[in-house]
Amino acid sequence: MKGVRFYAAGYMSNFRKGLHDGIPIALGYLSVSFTFGLQCIANGLSWWQAFLISLTNLTSAGQFAGLGIITAGSGYFEMACTQLVINMRYALMGLSLSQKTDRTVRGVHRWCIGFGITDEIFAVAMGSKREVSNKYLYGLILLPVIGWSGGTLLGALAGAVLPDAVRSALCIAIYGMFLALIIPPAKKSSAVMKVILIAVALSCCFRYVPVINKISGGFAIIISTIAAAALGALLFPVPEADTKEAAE
Amino acid sequence: MKDTGVFFIYLAVMAGVTYLIRAVPFVLCKGKIKSKYIRDFLYYVPMAVLGAMTFPDIFYATGSYASSIAGFIVACLLAFFEKSLLTVAISASGAALAVNLGMMLFK
Repeated sequence: MKGVRFYAAGYMSNFRKGLHDGIPIALGYLSVSFTFGLQCIANGLSWWQAFLISLTNLTSAGQFAGLGIITAGSGYFEMACTQLVINMRYALMGLSLSQKTDRTVRGVHRWCIGFGITDEIFAVAMGSKREVSNKYLYGLILLPVIGWSGGTLLGALAGAVLPDAVRSALCIAIYGMFLALIIPPAKKSSAVMKVILIAVALSCCFRYVPVINKISGGFAIIISTIAAAALGALLFPVPEADTKEAAE
Repeated sequence: MKDTGVFFIYLAVMAGVTYLIRAVPFVLCKGKIKSKYIRDFLYYVPMAVLGAMTFPDIFYATGSYASSIAGFIVACLLAFFEKSLLTVAISASGAALAVNLGMMLFK
């Protein structure tokens, strides 16, 4: 009985620690997903569709790209490829995180916790001094999921009532956010800047150069991304310390 | 999105691929990725994909070039000075809105 009680106490503190660590992530997600909700409405989806996408996908770049594909009515294969490439980084994070979990994270728990691997959740879990348990991870994932899908819902509802001028102006918010994500690291590393510039140049070619501008948006992003990242890895090998830092 | 059935197929493909790419390596992996090249490639992917998604779409985001470019310039400046994601996003929208409203007034 004593063992059971200890187990229960450990459960609570571990789970609550996770919840606590998830609060800042959830708050950050609330604002980003608000923009996604708005964008869904602007593209003709309904509020429950926006909500379902966020609840089941829990990712930013992939969802924005996916929304573009749904709006354009592109094929399912293109959708699958786009998600595969954009979310490929999660595979790497899953590999790293699998090294950091204790023995409670096994079997069906792995399949459940795998759903919650995002950039921020991964970063916080890896930042923990000790190995992380399944209770801690469930706690860590819960609030961000609520923040992400709840923010989407709020954005979608706001999108339905805001005037046109405000709605169209808000459509640039997501790109502003992307710039805020890429400009600071580009300032610090010329290699990162060159990789971004290659990707941007290719993406513009796919829009403006005759013949290849027939390639649809999703594939254009995939090809630009793979080419730029592959060239970057070939021409500018990352110092070991940097990949380690990024993984943590 | 009129056709609910089509929406659910998109949703299933999108969520299914996203879930599998997260869960499968996490479930199966026992070791570290050995190839330095693959690790560097994956290191660059997030930056490359954001760059490709932002350009040239940002110039068409708000329905007029003038307001899109205003938002773009404001976003670049604030991002350069490392303001928070939310600050950059809202300020870019504010600049675009100001130009949109200005054009409505002086048309």
